[in-house]
Amino acid sequence: MLLRHTPSEVKEREALVVNPAKTCQPIGAMYAALGIHGCLPHSHGSQGCCAYHRSTLTRHYKEPIMASTSSFTEGASVFGGQANLVEAINNIFTIYNPDVIAVHTTCLSETIGDDVPQIVSKAKDDGKIPDGKYVIHTSTPSYVGSHVTGFANMTKSMVNYFSESSGTEKDQLNIIPGWVEPSDMREIKRMTGMMGIKTVLFPDTSDVLDTPQTGKHHLFPKGGVTIPELRSTGDSRATIALGQFASGPAAEALDAKCKVPCQVLDLPIGLMATDRFVDALRKTAGVSVPDAITDERGRLVDLITDMHQYFYRKRVALFGDPDQLIAMTEFLVSLDMLPVHIVTGTPGQRFEQRIREILKHDVPQVNVRAAGDSFLLHQWIKSEPVDLLIGNTYGKYIARDEDIPFVRFGFPILDRVGHSLFPSVGYVGAMRLIEKFLYAFQDRQDRDALEEKFELVM
Amino acid sequence: MVKVLEERKGQIYRKGSEPYAMECGKTSLAGSVSQRACVFCGSRVVLYPIADAIHLVHGPVGCAAYTWDIRGALSSGPELHRLSFSTDLREIEVIHGGEKKLYQSLVELIDRYQPRAAFVYSTCIIGIIGDDVGAVCKRVSAEKGIPVLPVHSEGFKGTKKDGYRAACEALLQLIGTGPAEGIQPHSINILGDFNLAGEVWMIREYYEKMGIQVVATITGDGRVDQIRRAHGAALNLVQCSGSMNHLAKMLKEKYGTPYLQVSYFGIEDMAEALYQVARFFNDTAMMRRTEELVRDEIAAVYPQLLEYRKALTGKKAAIYVGGAFKAFSLVKALRILGMQTAVVGSQTGSSEDYQQLRDLCDEGTVIVDDSNPLELAGFLKEKGVDLFIGGVKERPIAYKMGIGFCDHNHERKIALAGFVGMLNFAREVHGTVCSPIWKLVPRYSCCGGGVADVG
Ligand code: SF4
Repeated sequence: MLLRHTPSEVKEREALVVNPAKTCQPIGAMYAALGIHGCLPHSHGSQGCCAYHRSTLTRHYKEPIMASTSSFTEGASVFGGQANLVEAINNIFTIYNPDVIAVHTTCLSETIGDDVPQIVSKAKDDGKIPDGKYVIHTSTPSYVGSHVTGFANMTKSMVNYFSESSGTEKDQLNIIPGWVEPSDMREIKRMTGMMGIKTVLFPDTSDVLDTPQTGKHHLFPKGGVTIPELRSTGDSRATIALGQFASGPAAEALDAKCKVPCQVLDLPIGLMATDRFVDALRKTAGVSVPDAITDERGRLVDLITDMHQYFYRKRVALFGDPDQLIAMTEFLVSLDMLPVHIVTGTPGQRFEQRIREILKHDVPQVNVRAAGDSFLLHQWIKSEPVDLLIGNTYGKYIARDEDIPFVRFGFPILDRVGHSLFPSVGYVGAMRLIEKFLYAFQDRQDRDALEEKFELVM
Repeated sequence: MVKVLEERKGQIYRKGSEPYAMECGKTSLAGSVSQRACVFCGSRVVLYPIADAIHLVHGPVGCAAYTWDIRGALSSGPELHRLSFSTDLREIEVIHGGEKKLYQSLVELIDRYQPRAAFVYSTCIIGIIGDDVGAVCKRVSAEKGIPVLPVHSEGFKGTKKDGYRAACEALLQLIGTGPAEGIQPHSINILGDFNLAGEVWMIREYYEKMGIQVVATITGDGRVDQIRRAHGAALNLVQCSGSMNHLAKMLKEKYGTPYLQVSYFGIEDMAEALYQVARFFNDTAMMRRTEELVRDEIAAVYPQLLEYRKALTGKKAAIYVGGAFKAFSLVKALRILGMQTAVVGSQTGSSEDYQQLRDLCDEGTVIVDDSNPLELAGFLKEKGVDLFIGGVKERPIAYKMGIGFCDHNHERKIALAGFVGMLNFAREVHGTVCSPIWKLVPRYSCCGGGVADVG
């Protein structure tokens, strides 16, 4: 009932965003930076941004999220944040002693025009950066792009700051996994491990944001890509980037900088995208696909054949981040479902084109919007109802209002667990997603069944 | 021993060990992993629960997205406050100004939702690009005939406390614009309760049982029209002093309304909050009703409290909360449960607050201002605590260390205020402190090297 005011008639809005389907760049940069071993993300701005980003990540990952802030005051915003940042760098190395500080800007420091690289080099000249320690930075104005852009920018900075080519090729592949869960990063490593491929995965938040309970609070957990690994990415045989929006920029930067050829694939969510991922690994690394992986694929296909009647022509609305949505849309189509309304908050023409391309045969009239919001999605659903809603936690309002089965997927998920522990990528991840879709449909069927039609076996 | 930066040493005090000289009210050190937030955050949390108003966040989308329905401030009617509205400034407006977009957004929102008022929050960037938010608000207010109030909450212009102030200024503009007719002599406003988990409903009921009219609840389950006539109440009660003392003071100045500081946490403070009001109105019948009420309520919860006390006696707690005032009540409430507070701190306490905490606490208690996770984890281990009371960012730290946790911040899902709240609190503390999981996991296992590893 919370959204009872949502009218079904859509009126184009130029100014206002209602119930956003995105958030701002710095949080993405913070998440990416946490995927470097021994890294403390640093927010160059006022305290609030940093507190919000940490709280949101904490709620989603249920892990302590460490990040420091330049603690801007009025003075800093008039005279510039140089003094704050230099002091911050000094304090951080003194008290927290990270290997790397990853600075990202905020809308405030961007607008006042702080030149972060220059400030960092001053800090270096003044001896504030101990030997063997690093300060990297990325520019993340929150009035451009979205949190996905921030993730892409910080990942690209890893390349800019660290990747080197020594002239000798290494028998390894770079994989840029995109903004996925620690569980997904772990799954990607498991798959490449099964195929016997040596990889550098960056960023890598597994063992950082899914840590075991040890009786200890580790400021810097054991996971994350290391600096030597990041350096070596310039010598890798090739790069496989997953997700154009979150990983494309870093992959292209690495190609430009160190001549490491890259392929940008969709996130390996669902059967076909995973097939393409496995095939790209096979070809690029020159290995054959082990039976164990073929068997995983076979079990997934078996599951789909067993249950395909439940998916037939189910109408779906989905919202979230562009890379996830592109892969998910293709997956749904392969399951014989009909994605009819699709919204991402992240701006970008390419998104709408890709979605239309995927759906041109099955749903030529798809409602798709980059830079939309969940209010618009709700309006679409009101005028053309769906059988399933897929999206982050905020979708629960729409799901409840319209009484639609709802599968949580994406970022942030604030009210459920599992996303950071169980993958949605790969064949195994696809099985988990299918399980969720089925539960949503079948629970609904049981709930709605008339007494005489309520059955034991489904 | 906990590693502390030289500059922070003055913000940590150990009772009994040294003469009291607590530094506070300082801006956080640049580079600290501070648990503090910003001016906008302060304004947003205070005004957010006004349920029949539009809350439009003017700036890039982030600030609005992060504060979308995270407070759990319940409403008994409209739910407008739980939607998220943002002007979503883009690069082009950062260059050319966002006033046009703000105007359009307001008009659109007011036309669609017919709210009783609108609040417009200026975030960081607005202060820099210099939008005249006040002028836009005025214009829309004139056109639409409802109050449209600018809230000057640019993030960098101070601390969360300054945000509280900005919110109070906005409220002051609203108060006094409605009719004060029909208000009884025995009437109050409840200030600084945000109706988390429905707490203000309980408190309201207590006062009504005493025969008092509640004119406005500011801001939990708040309504614009109530707030507009709040100047007609005979007394203001301030629960969250950090956020609302300023408003109470201004109301006293402007309308001569006296105010009292109260706390609704723990049975002692809750009872006192009712007696204070009865004494204020100096009415014997009311005093009798209050005594009865307190007696009945305590009788209903006390036997169960004693049960929990049995299990909890001798356990130690650490408290780290936003405002210090809440900490007083928590120390007392924990005492009723037989627990000792070994560490207590806040993000924004004043010198008097910390002095009062010192008087309240036992020898050896660590009192800390504007702490960070590393220090906090260090104190937890040093004192060997069994329970950590804090907010969202503190929770996983406690759990990783094998310590029970209770959210006494805006993420609480059960009412912790009032007499029943004390029982809920006891239950929650018992549930987490005595959870069987702690027998199965390592707790503060030995430090594994590296300055950064605390455990
Ligand atoms: S929109 Fe700007 S001020 Fe708000 S959280 Fe994002 S960076 Fe910070």
